[in-house]
Amino acid sequence: MSAKSYTLPGLIIAGFICLFVAASVSALLFYSPGFNPALLWQDAYYRHITKFSFYQAFLSTILSVGLAIPVAHALSRRHFFAKSFLLKLFATTLVLPVLVGVFGLLSVYGNSGQIAQLLAMVDQKLPFSIYGLNGILLAHVFFNLPFAARLLLQSLHSIPSEHHQLSSHLGISHWNKFKLVEWPCLRQQLPHVCGLVFMLCFTSFATVMALGGGPKSTTIELAIYQAIKFDFDLQAGALLALWQILLCGSLAIGIQRFSRPIPLTNTTGKQSFYLFNDNRAAKIWDSLWISLVLFLVIPPLLMIVINGLNAKFISVISSPSFWDALQNSFLVAIFAAFIALFAGFFMLLTSRSWRLVGIDFKADKLELIATIILVTPGLVISTGLFLLLRNITDVFGFAIVIVIAVNALMALPYVIKTLAQPMLQVAQQYDQLCASLGLFGFSRFYLIEWRAIKRPIIHAFSISFVLSMGDLSAIALFGSQDLRTLPLYLLQLLGSYQMESAAVVSLFLFILSIGIFSAVEQISSQNNAH
Amino acid sequence: MKKIIPLMAFSVIISMPVLADKLVVYTYDSFASDWGPGPKIKQAFEKNCACSLEFVALDDGVSILNRLRLEGKNTKADILLGLDNNLMTEAKKTGLLAKHKVDTSNVILANGWSDNTFVPFDYGYFSFVYNKETLLNPPASLKELIEQRQDINVIYQDPRTSTPGLGLMLWIKWVYGDQADDAWKKLAKKTVTVTKGWSEAYSMFLKGEADMVLSYSTSPAYHIIAEGKNQYAAANFSEGHYTQVEVAAKVKSSKNEKLADKFMAFIVSDEFQSLMPTGNWMYPVTDVALPEGFKNLTIPSTSFSFSADKVDNNRKVWIREWQSSLIY
Repeated sequence: MSAKSYTLPGLIIAGFICLFVAASVSALLFYSPGFNPALLWQDAYYRHITKFSFYQAFLSTILSVGLAIPVAHALSRRHFFAKSFLLKLFATTLVLPVLVGVFGLLSVYGNSGQIAQLLAMVDQKLPFSIYGLNGILLAHVFFNLPFAARLLLQSLHSIPSEHHQLSSHLGISHWNKFKLVEWPCLRQQLPHVCGLVFMLCFTSFATVMALGGGPKSTTIELAIYQAIKFDFDLQAGALLALWQILLCGSLAIGIQRFSRPIPLTNTTGKQSFYLFNDNRAAKIWDSLWISLVLFLVIPPLLMIVINGLNAKFISVISSPSFWDALQNSFLVAIFAAFIALFAGFFMLLTSRSWRLVGIDFKADKLELIATIILVTPGLVISTGLFLLLRNITDVFGFAIVIVIAVNALMALPYVIKTLAQPMLQVAQQYDQLCASLGLFGFSRFYLIEWRAIKRPIIHAFSISFVLSMGDLSAIALFGSQDLRTLPLYLLQLLGSYQMESAAVVSLFLFILSIGIFSAVEQISSQNNAH
Repeated sequence: MKKIIPLMAFSVIISMPVLADKLVVYTYDSFASDWGPGPKIKQAFEKNCACSLEFVALDDGVSILNRLRLEGKNTKADILLGLDNNLMTEAKKTGLLAKHKVDTSNVILANGWSDNTFVPFDYGYFSFVYNKETLLNPPASLKELIEQRQDINVIYQDPRTSTPGLGLMLWIKWVYGDQADDAWKKLAKKTVTVTKGWSEAYSMFLKGEADMVLSYSTSPAYHIIAEGKNQYAAANFSEGHYTQVEVAAKVKSSKNEKLADKFMAFIVSDEFQSLMPTGNWMYPVTDVALPEGFKNLTIPSTSFSFSADKVDNNRKVWIREWQSSLIY
């Protein structure tokens, strides 16, 4: 009884998502008659940006994941006083608005950043430029290394303590232990982590926009935006968008074939301590890696805070355009998060009721629809919608609705990922009880689900909220003087080189995202403890 | 889903035109900003029109045109101010612009003015600006800068979004012809970054991020008059300099036709024109008195520009040439 009644809303939402995506893709097809990937490939410029998208994503992945392995390994066996704080910081680079991160990096590594200033004191010039490939790689490593390290650390923690005890008893060396015990465990997780990081870098938009510095370092994602907004070449925009779908789709299928994802849990604090044969060399080795990652993550974040407290502070926070942008950001984030949570929850109700009766195949497909955005990047959807609505209405008048919808869609995979496992477990535990008590609908949700999985629900909401608040890819196309969110405002300030004002906005966006994210986590974990 | 309905209604309401007389002018940010001529022009125009004038500031000249094309007939703009001679044909082709009724007989440009869609509001010559204190021997020609000087780095603007960027593209095309792609490749080696608009490039230059920046031969006047600084100068190139005439036009879908006409006529008035030299740091298009600082500026020995038709026919191909030269 209970199973049937829950499938319909989820199916309707799934249908709605399909319709939404199909509408925007067909608008793209309509604008690019005779889509021919071969022709696209023959054009030297398109070939270059395609190659560059792959090249920078490949290098970013190698660097981020490659460096994350020794970092995760070092963190797995060391305990120091700020470790849990560091791990929390790691969690935040995923939700840190890209532009804020880029701003922090610029003030450390930029042409007039801290390093350049230090060098200037000894009459040296900065030996590299942050614009172009260097900067893109640096930013991608900054964002993805901590994320990858956290995932790998999690899988290292899944090694049974007996294995650690055994290797300790046998007295095997560090290298052999890594090779025999830890590596096999990491290797299982690696394709998934690499795939994820690769996709994130491949579709990277804000980073490349802020640090690209010309046609030489342009990704397909950015070229779509440029074709429409710079060249007013709608056909090229549509063509590139379809090209992006094709490439991302093939990548996603490829990645799925090779990897088995491990759910990302939110536990960072407690893990068991295990014995191993420590020595001086191992200590130095580990501290080297831990200091490396500290040096990568801390200075840019610190600079965001230091730079933000400047003389322009008062004038920025008293300007109406700032409050306007803040208000828009909140509106977008709150609606997008609610819609994503709502949609994700109902789709999972459907998929889990199928799972409970053993139709995993259908459930997988349904959950795949919810993660459709990973294959069709946000900018592609926005482009399609833009073209679709352009002839019907004043697109810029509807901008906020579109931005919310696209952001909700972009947050949906995170909601699904966070809630799928807990919701299934609740159902397995309580379904029969609920059926026998005649509990269903809202009372079941309130009495059972909410109490049991409050924490993941709040986590999913806060992650959606913060991601939508920091997103630039949907607003970039639709934003205007009338509709500005904080990230767009920050981009405009960076664009007109008002660095001091940009620093203040960065600080605000930083405090808001990280603050909201950690506050919500804190509250929900406290409640759980009671 | 219920929550989205009031929001949709809300967004429809805020997108409705305001009924009071308001003239919306799309322009570029350095024109509209506090340090540009915008505020004074707003004040002067509002004084005798019983209306309000609103500037919508976009990145740069070409983005004004792109914005109009994106919005099509639903645009909120009544006036576009900040396109230039190179974009006139292309802008006319959109079919979104109306003819003006302004008498342009007092325009003092070299060949007068006869266009019936656009009204010129200022003009100038593209130039590379440098700091005399840090760059002691500036290049004497475009060819010297591009081919010989390895010690100089530059910042310029994207020709897809900015009128100076487009100007440099045409300048290089004029000087190099078929060898333009080669010239771009050489220039790429000394390019710090390509910016979206003029403001960004110029402020990066002032912060010391590059030796030279693409700007105008009149830019040093700003430093002389507004800041009392004499160290900035525009390099004089022996090949000659590309001329830019900045223009304004009325949008066909404007709901305030009368007000728009009034503004178009205001552009060639002495009041507007005398704000150009020290507001927009360009030459006025009518015979108004130039301030003192302008008299010390270098004036290019030769100046030239392609016809608007020629630019329109080739812009896409030439931009692609620029893009393709930069990727190797």
